[in-house]
Amino acid sequence: MSKINELFQQELKVINMGLESFYNDLKKQNIEVTHVDWRPPAGGNKKMISLLNKLKG
Amino acid sequence: MVEEKIEAANKKVLEIIMNGQPTLIDVGVAGEVIPGMTSKTILHAGPPVTWEKMCGPMKGAVIGALIYEGLAKNEQEAAELASSGEMVFAPCHHHGAVGPMAGVVSASMPVWIVQNKAYGNKAYCTFNEGLGKVLRYGAYSSEVIERLKWMEKVLASIIKEALSLHGPIDLKSMIAQVLQMGDEGHNRNKAGTSLLIRELASHILQTKFSERDKADVLEFMHGNDHFFLNLTMPACKSTLDPAHGIEFSTIVTTMARNGTEFGIRVSGLGDRWFTGPAGKVQGLFFPGFSEEDANPDIGDSVITETAGIGGFAMAAAPAIVQFVGGSARDAVNSTLKMYEITAAENNTYKIPALDFRGTPTGIDIRKVVETDILPNINTGIAHKDPGVGQVGAGLVKPPMKCFEDALEAFVENLEAKNLV
Repeated sequence: MSKINELFQQELKVINMGLESFYNDLKKQNIEVTHVDWRPPAGGNKKMISLLNKLKG
Repeated sequence: MVEEKIEAANKKVLEIIMNGQPTLIDVGVAGEVIPGMTSKTILHAGPPVTWEKMCGPMKGAVIGALIYEGLAKNEQEAAELASSGEMVFAPCHHHGAVGPMAGVVSASMPVWIVQNKAYGNKAYCTFNEGLGKVLRYGAYSSEVIERLKWMEKVLASIIKEALSLHGPIDLKSMIAQVLQMGDEGHNRNKAGTSLLIRELASHILQTKFSERDKADVLEFMHGNDHFFLNLTMPACKSTLDPAHGIEFSTIVTTMARNGTEFGIRVSGLGDRWFTGPAGKVQGLFFPGFSEEDANPDIGDSVITETAGIGGFAMAAAPAIVQFVGGSARDAVNSTLKMYEITAAENNTYKIPALDFRGTPTGIDIRKVVETDILPNINTGIAHKDPGVGQVGAGLVKPPMKCFEDALEAFVENLEAKNLV
């Protein structure tokens, strides 16, 4: 049995990062899940990331 | 290297904010005490706006102020005068003042005078009229004008005399106390109003006015849970003004809305406003009203959040959720989130529910843009039509555009100096 299948035979401990809808779907299925409110810097706005980088250092 | 300059500047700004000693020192007449105020000046909330672009409640408040000043006899005359170019419209913030909702101030209106004893600067704010049909929500019927006249002749005169008997009131320590008593100083001012009455009541009784007038003043203060708001606002304004204009600082020193636009100013970016469309307030509506009746976000009262109270101190005021919606847990989470976008924890304003942690203070535009987290603001909701008044209360956020534009301008400034 591959390692990955072994993993799925155990009780899963899920950490969800980013999209909250994935967290909510698991919660609805009574699966223990911890949500990390992660977002890409500046919401992924490349222009803002570039401006912020200029102020570092 | 540039980061060091920014951090040093922000540290200085935060020191100035923390050192502030806002103190209620007197009551005056706007035309006599507000710098640059003339009989033809009308101050308003938020960033600059022309008569043509003003929203309904702000136009209503201007009409009311012109009738109150005797410059117009009715709505039509007032509207004609307002559009004639004869009146000078300017933001309260350009004159050291702040005003809730429409924030309209005209020359004869009485104002609180708050002085930041640490730096000597003063801030001004009108008296709170209560809820319902009031000028700041754009109402201008005869009952509104009569109340304003009573406030000018009786309320302000009695409080001015009572205050001179009492002596200056330390607003910093009073605001610190009200946060321990369930207020957040923006949308909940029950404790603050009570404390102010406690301070002034015996001195009001000692003034030379009639027993009826003194009783009316105490009843008026007692009947208006937001009476203290018009003191938290100039307290915050007087605290933040000395922190403005510090080169290289990315800390926000003004947030304000005129019902059409939301605007911010940043300490290191001079007097330039960065604006975006005023947002829709999410909240609870009074019976008979709905979202369709609401005007976009309006008022200078967001100066409280700028100084680290109001929506930023929601965790201190769990009862407020009955007024603005949500749960007590939401109130705590709202404050916790604001630590992500602020530079410091307040040294005086503390939150019991967070083990007396200082309120999140000093919004940093870099953090707002980087985290994509916008400031949480508690606010009242004005009806979109003049003359109706408040229709609810809730939560609102500024447009991200204000912070993005400010960040861009900040980098451009540094580029012009060959620092980046």
